[in-house]
Amino acid sequence: MSRQEIKSEITGTVWKILTTPQQDVAEGDTLMILESMKMEIPVIVEDGGVVVEITVAEGDAIQEGQVVAIVET
Amino acid sequence: MFESILIANRGAVAARIVRACKVLGVRSICVYSEADADLPFLKEADEAHEIGPGPAPQSYLDQEKVLALAAKVGARAIHPGYGFLSENADFAEKVIERGIAFVGPSPRFIRAMGHKTRARDLAAERGLPVAPGTQLVSDNIDDLLAAARTIGYPLMVKPAGGGGGIGMLPVHDESQLAAAVERSRSMAQRGFANAEIYLEKLMRTPRHIEFQVVGDRAGNVRHVFERDCSAQRRNQKIIEEAVAPGVPRDVIEALGEKIARVLTDIGYDNIGTVEMLMDADGTFSFLEMNTRLQVEHGVTEEVTGIDLVASQIRLAAGEPIDAVLPVPPKVSGHAVQARVYAEDPKRFLPSPGVLSTFRVPEGIRVETGYGEGCRISTFYDPLVAKVIAHGATRAAATERLSAALDAFVIEGVKTNIPALQTILRSQAFRDGQVHTGLVGEVMAA
Repeated sequence: MSRQEIKSEITGTVWKILTTPQQDVAEGDTLMILESMKMEIPVIVEDGGVVVEITVAEGDAIQEGQVVAIVET
Repeated sequence: MFESILIANRGAVAARIVRACKVLGVRSICVYSEADADLPFLKEADEAHEIGPGPAPQSYLDQEKVLALAAKVGARAIHPGYGFLSENADFAEKVIERGIAFVGPSPRFIRAMGHKTRARDLAAERGLPVAPGTQLVSDNIDDLLAAARTIGYPLMVKPAGGGGGIGMLPVHDESQLAAAVERSRSMAQRGFANAEIYLEKLMRTPRHIEFQVVGDRAGNVRHVFERDCSAQRRNQKIIEEAVAPGVPRDVIEALGEKIARVLTDIGYDNIGTVEMLMDADGTFSFLEMNTRLQVEHGVTEEVTGIDLVASQIRLAAGEPIDAVLPVPPKVSGHAVQARVYAEDPKRFLPSPGVLSTFRVPEGIRVETGYGEGCRISTFYDPLVAKVIAHGATRAAATERLSAALDAFVIEGVKTNIPALQTILRSQAFRDGQVHTGLVGEVMAA
């Protein structure tokens, strides 16, 4: 088991969170959708596991590289 | 001519309209959000007024704020630019109801063309070629599958309430259909406040060729040739040119004439663009009509010498088409435009930030709303500048454009310039072998 920090690739805002802590997620699942410059950017799970924590809330402003979730794989 | 025009927009297009107002001797009135207070063109306008916070729904999209300001400052006309309120028929109606001229077609045309399946029906009824497609579809999976079978795969799920590539999703087989419809519906609801969806046959490597039309208030419409806008990422254009390379001029002329006739028949009464797809076998089909000025209008201006923005305003003020357009319009040379976006050049992800250095090339047409020190915020689209090169030949125009892109100095945000250069320098683009899959192919190579 390893804790994986999921980081935002962009500066923008959190539009919609699609997962909750304790939820099982598989590779390719969408954790949340971010928004910047009229674009929706999904945050995709790279390795399946369990969501430990969602570290942002809908509407939050976020920076590129900021941790938005922690997934245990 | 109008004594004054309120420009209900921002950035490069607002700056462009301010320039047209100067040409026409019209008082230009800009609006700006708190996030845009330092945009340099605001100083060029005769007046500039803040209308609200950065998020567009609280400023540029807030109809009542725009209308209240227009009344307060005594604006005689409103130019909506492109995007924001430009294709909102309700807004256009409100503008007119308050005794202000709307620089665009009559609201009934905005409404008719804004609904994509109705626009397709209208085009088909009038004898324009239309790609195989469905009427609006429901969420019932059996109905969906049946509708899809009538046109076959691959197909594109498309929102009926708006364009711009938003919510358009390709579907390659039955298993992907339901999820794509659901996702497209959600994006459409969000983008256009209209969740209606339809299906259209997906062409594998079509070209996007669009016709610029110009009409007067009496409904006399002419076309001023075509643009090829096939170089796209995420269904949004990044390189546009006039005219379309390699398409026989008699084919273009016949189609342009037909489009102008259809629009004259229905009495279309300002500028607009009819977007068509051209299949690999040369077959054209109607895609949609945009009832507004287009981002890529500059390439048409460069090859025809027509000031489309000033023409649009003069036509909206009631001047007849013969007074506004040269007869007959002619094409001289070739023009290519590149859109410089604040986004990373590999994955095209947004890259907002402050333009700590911003030096634009000289001796070439650059359309921008920004200056050094300005912030490219997350609130709006990532367009930093449009660069438009004109040359005697396509090769010369492309060469000039490429050299100009090299001469940009931009620091503080990432830009797509390396990607634009890769495309412009690719053999396929140089050979005129453009199609909507070109950017993906060239970037993957």
